[in-house]
Amino acid sequence: MNRGMEIVLVGLNHRTAPVEVREKVSFTTEQARRAADELRSRGILEETLVLSTCNRSEVYGVPPESSHECAPGLSTFLSEFHAVRPDVLGVSLYHHYDRAAVRHLFRVSAGLDSMLLGEAEILGQVREAYRFAHEYGATGPVLNRLFQGALEVGKRVRSETDLGTRPMSVASAGVKLAERIFGKLRERTALVLGAGAISEQVVSQLRDRGIAQMLVMNRSRDRAEELAREFGGKVVAWGEWDAALQSPDVVVSSVAAEEPILRREMVERAMGARKNRALFVMDLGMPRNIDAGVAKLYNVYVYNMDDLSDIVQQNRQARENEIPRAENIVDEHVGKFLSWQASVELVSLVDELRARLQEERAGFIRARMESMRHLSDEDRARMEGLMDELLEKLLLEPAQRLRGEKELRRKIQNVEALRALFLANREKP
Amino acid sequence: MSHGALILTTVAYVLSLGLYVRFLNTGRALTGRLGTLLLAAGLVAHYFALLERSRGLHTVPYHDLYGSMSLFGWLLALTYLGLELYHRQRSVGAFVLPFILVFFLAAHLAPADRLPQPELRGAIFAFHVTLSILAYAAFALSCVLSLIFLGEERLLKRHELGNMVWRLPPLELLERMSQSSVLIGLASIAIGTALGFVSVDRLTGQYWFYDPKYVVTLLVLLLYVLYFRLARTASWRGARASKLCIFNFVLVVLSFTVVNLYLSHSHRYF
Repeated sequence: MNRGMEIVLVGLNHRTAPVEVREKVSFTTEQARRAADELRSRGILEETLVLSTCNRSEVYGVPPESSHECAPGLSTFLSEFHAVRPDVLGVSLYHHYDRAAVRHLFRVSAGLDSMLLGEAEILGQVREAYRFAHEYGATGPVLNRLFQGALEVGKRVRSETDLGTRPMSVASAGVKLAERIFGKLRERTALVLGAGAISEQVVSQLRDRGIAQMLVMNRSRDRAEELAREFGGKVVAWGEWDAALQSPDVVVSSVAAEEPILRREMVERAMGARKNRALFVMDLGMPRNIDAGVAKLYNVYVYNMDDLSDIVQQNRQARENEIPRAENIVDEHVGKFLSWQASVELVSLVDELRARLQEERAGFIRARMESMRHLSDEDRARMEGLMDELLEKLLLEPAQRLRGEKELRRKIQNVEALRALFLANREKP
Repeated sequence: MSHGALILTTVAYVLSLGLYVRFLNTGRALTGRLGTLLLAAGLVAHYFALLERSRGLHTVPYHDLYGSMSLFGWLLALTYLGLELYHRQRSVGAFVLPFILVFFLAAHLAPADRLPQPELRGAIFAFHVTLSILAYAAFALSCVLSLIFLGEERLLKRHELGNMVWRLPPLELLERMSQSSVLIGLASIAIGTALGFVSVDRLTGQYWFYDPKYVVTLLVLLLYVLYFRLARTASWRGARASKLCIFNFVLVVLSFTVVNLYLSHSHRYF
């Protein structure tokens, strides 16, 4: 492959490094910029992009030398930059080159390499890393093309497969179920009973989905106020059930209690008062906080921890079933990128070949003309012209076809073999 | 009669159905949009098919049973498309398209009734019939939406989500769509019935004569008004209102069939 077209990737992620190592090797935006500047000024890479999330730190680059040759220098740089001993870092780092590097990035962007299969955040993080690197001029034609391809893969996988559509946590499954009943939650009210960690997760999800109002009820008023303050909710005094159950559309309960805190008659009374408006109840307490009879009430939908866990389990399976479809999209785009790379190289190969033939033409003609002294200057000039014309004709048509025919470029898999055949004994540019 | 419009309509509806089903399975926005586009194309082609059929038989579409069925299918497609665009919800298309397709194909593949030329009854009569059929189509759509509501509600209550529930519209949206559809039906049947009386007056010089169809139509009107009212009130909101909507449509079907064929003196196929 042409110098300046090869791709190298050095990095670590949640699979190869424990959190203690990952946090040492993560990049802030400023660090990413500084690292990119240093890598280019030291001549290790010509184009660079640092992708750093909570689960991965990766440096993508286009080296001036061979990608395999530059990888050790890149590892050493990372070790020095983050002041981590090379032996500690070495076991966690992975190196990918060219096709493997392209494939790795496309899988990352698709969410196939994430800790939570198909998670949506990674696409935004890739987009942000690219935007940042592009803005300060760290990327060039190769990385621009590569990351634009990665963003396209991410978008396609999310729109054409179910890899990222189903909720994968109890909290998000509950919130998505509420949306199955009410649609958008923007005009809805939620009542949160208990202020533990799981409540916090659900509240955070509800807030992300734009819930209009949040009511918090907890035995400890201080803790309720804390949660309400954090998420912009309102505290309701513990025990005022009739008032509390009148307005909410969603109830999230995770109270540590021996007995159910919401009994059937309480909810039945509330449903009468609220004119049977639908009520979605997430019972995340253990033992359960909601009396089993509540689920039988008209327009009341109750899901407990086991129900939600089952949904998450089903969804995990459904997401895994989507992997082959997502991988097909990744493969398609890897092929497209490699074809683009090959086309750039092929066109440059033809240009080199043309330059070489023109260069050698003069010596060739001089040698042959020695034995044809009977020719006039005019005839010699004419013969030289004919030879130029022939060379142009022989090279022009393939060059034009290479530029115009995608399929032809795709068929020519090994540019190196062509180079070896036609440009043997010549230095690569 | 040329078969161009017939083939085009069938192809557009079949492809649209396929795309809606695929949209329901995959949730791909582009597939859904294409489904809508083909439904719109089908509507245009269906209009020309109706026109050709009427020209070929030298009659209006509602003069015979099959023509009425085809017009019903066309108005069902039109109402659905309007609701889809208004509520921005395509998941229901896969359930509505089969009805449109069946009504269209049954009407156009069946041999035409050998009926005498219709009497000339004027534009008011034509509006009376068309609006009445539009009302039936809108009520049919609300019935389909109510059935989907009941199915989805049952799955949610029983925690049997499968793949389907994640693709269907939210329950409250289904209720709203059903109510919108009933509203279209109510407005159409009210105006259509009023125009019917005006038409009778013009043709016969009398506003009223007894026809069991009037009683059934009045009952249908009242029951749908009741549904519209109850669907927004305390104890009926949700599944109960949907069941009432389905019951009302059973009455509409009876009005369309038994009442028209055996009891009514002046209504045949609408």
